[in-house]
Amino acid sequence: MPWVQDPQPVQFLTPDGDFAPNESAQAFAAELESLDLVALQEMYRDMALTRAFDTECTNLQRQGQLALWVPSVGQEGAQVGSARAALPQDHIFPSYREHAVARIRGVNLVNVVAQFRGVTHGGWDVTDPAHGNFHLYTLVIGSQALHATGFALSQVLDATKKAGEKDLPAGAQGRETNEATIVYFGDGATSQGDVNEAMIFAASYQTPQLFFVQNNKWAISVPVERQARTPIYRRAAGFGLKSIQIDGNDILASYAVSNRMLKDARAGGGPQFIEALTYRIGAHTTSDDPTKYRENEELLEWQAKDPIRRFEKYIKSQGAEDSFFEQVAADAGELALKIRDGVLHMPVPEPGAMFKHVYAEEHPVMQGQAAWLERYENSFEAGESA
Amino acid sequence: MSEAEVVNMPIAKAINEGLRRAMADNDRVILMGEDIGTLGGVFRVTDALQAEFGSARVLDTPLAESGIIGSAIGLAMNGYRPVCEIQFDGFIFPGFDQITSQLAKLTSRHDGLLNFPVVIRVPYGGHIGAVEHHQESPEAYFAHTPGLRLVSPSTANDAYWMIQQAIASNDPVMFFEPKAKYWAKGDVALEGEPLGLHKTRVARIGKDVTVVGHGAMVPVLLQAAQVAQSEGTSIEVLDLRSISPIDYDPILESVRKTGRLVVAQEAPGSVSVGSEIAATVAEKAFYSLQAPVLRVSGYDTPFPPAKLEGLYLPDADRVLEAVDRTLSY
Repeated sequence: MPWVQDPQPVQFLTPDGDFAPNESAQAFAAELESLDLVALQEMYRDMALTRAFDTECTNLQRQGQLALWVPSVGQEGAQVGSARAALPQDHIFPSYREHAVARIRGVNLVNVVAQFRGVTHGGWDVTDPAHGNFHLYTLVIGSQALHATGFALSQVLDATKKAGEKDLPAGAQGRETNEATIVYFGDGATSQGDVNEAMIFAASYQTPQLFFVQNNKWAISVPVERQARTPIYRRAAGFGLKSIQIDGNDILASYAVSNRMLKDARAGGGPQFIEALTYRIGAHTTSDDPTKYRENEELLEWQAKDPIRRFEKYIKSQGAEDSFFEQVAADAGELALKIRDGVLHMPVPEPGAMFKHVYAEEHPVMQGQAAWLERYENSFEAGESA
Repeated sequence: MSEAEVVNMPIAKAINEGLRRAMADNDRVILMGEDIGTLGGVFRVTDALQAEFGSARVLDTPLAESGIIGSAIGLAMNGYRPVCEIQFDGFIFPGFDQITSQLAKLTSRHDGLLNFPVVIRVPYGGHIGAVEHHQESPEAYFAHTPGLRLVSPSTANDAYWMIQQAIASNDPVMFFEPKAKYWAKGDVALEGEPLGLHKTRVARIGKDVTVVGHGAMVPVLLQAAQVAQSEGTSIEVLDLRSISPIDYDPILESVRKTGRLVVAQEAPGSVSVGSEIAATVAEKAFYSLQAPVLRVSGYDTPFPPAKLEGLYLPDADRVLEAVDRTLSY
């Protein structure tokens, strides 16, 4: 007899693409009402284009054009569903695998590749409204969870001030903010102190926040059972977060539960947590070989649960026509070419760039070293011409 | 400056007044830390500020240093200017990743498009007879990290102004407070033009030997200079004030005059702020030096149990021993 009886993970679409909401899904069914065929097709397109992008980037890495690539294949359903539930005013803090979310929020995918090409540690202007408040990738596992919580706390402080109040009493209810913050991370990150501290701070200040863990079963080579011996979503409940486990390969489950939780968070319902059960079909990054640490049967089992294939079947049943899929395939091919072209023509930064933004304000060491490097480089040119 | 604008107060009070003024001037300035609200901080540096500004501007946080710094980063991303208190020097390390791998690098990662005006206040140093982790001087770890600014006042006047300058900076600033001197009083000029945040200050003019230090070391250096004077040696005392970047011009100018330099600090000497100053002065004022640059510092041991701290921490005698050595060349 288990200590706690877990409900079924929320699921609307079976792996075969049949719309058959399970018991856990019933409570969220209303969230899908606003999704017409146009919206559903857009979500399909999001997933398909991201996969094409992803495949192209893996190819570019294999061809020596990228130092590294971080594939998201298999996780598109979890990502697209949640990202489509976000409103424009929401802020999003990714880890480094949320390519689908980046695209949906308006970031040019060529810029997402830039850091893997070795030309930047960032890649896009987070202050540009066209980029949908999509923050930079963070490579130290779980660090971004605290940045997200701090940002969500700022949303609480803004709303508190707007209400003409000056206190945040311990134990107080959340406050309506009309905007929320989403943070993405993986199952490995849940072992990091920062993710746990982020949940503690979020609960303490009742931040308008959605913690979205993509439990893809593997932290590089280490199975999730090494990180957690309870379902991860239960831990969040222990911190006082509203927490639900979903079938992460069901884009409708991801959309419906994210939509409900984000609405609740914006309305003052406090921090929320989704554990999306999914699977990393590819490697952690192009630097590792999954055949060394996991069984092929497991891969086959999850390939059969592919989020794109099942959604394709579903939207066909909803009236999507062949011409739509043909168009998406053509767009995907075009995107891949655009990415390849963008990567191959990506400019290398000027040598002085490394000194330029270390500090926001003038700094004598940066000025001195930048000037020295310039003189040093110029000394070679002078030597050549002499 | 009229006399009415000068008030005598302890360093802790001067920081408190500086924080109050910064908060009154800019409502995006918020304070966060452990026990800083109703208690006013374990050293009472934030005393009465929560009552005045509210608990939405003076935040008692959960007990987690990484959480404090990491969430301050997120707050800064939305235009806030958080001032974080780390309760004691030795408790800063749970926040080390967020300070060195995140806060310090985020301006650069964002190509300067976002600023991170976060201040981290760190009561540091020995002389208070406390238990382990409560008397350390960890500044070299952070001085080694590009993207951070580090300062440390030694007087009440500097404490009052420098905390405001640190908050006004658009860069992350680590503000090291000499906790042993929290109750040392000094005159604070409440109006007027303060010295720049990153300027070295000549604390005492001399001609034979230059000694330089920061924070609680400065009063020790002044005491040593006083004693030396009675023995016929004229010591010039420099108060570093800024640990990163270091304002070398006054140091080099002084060394060109005296030809001798002693660098003093409470921290262990290996790979320290003093080492960096010694290397730079050797490089830039080689022909002016009459003797090797000497370091006076804590030993390369963990900070010892309090009953031994008097042996560990450089006092005026140890400074004078080094002064004598440099004069023996």
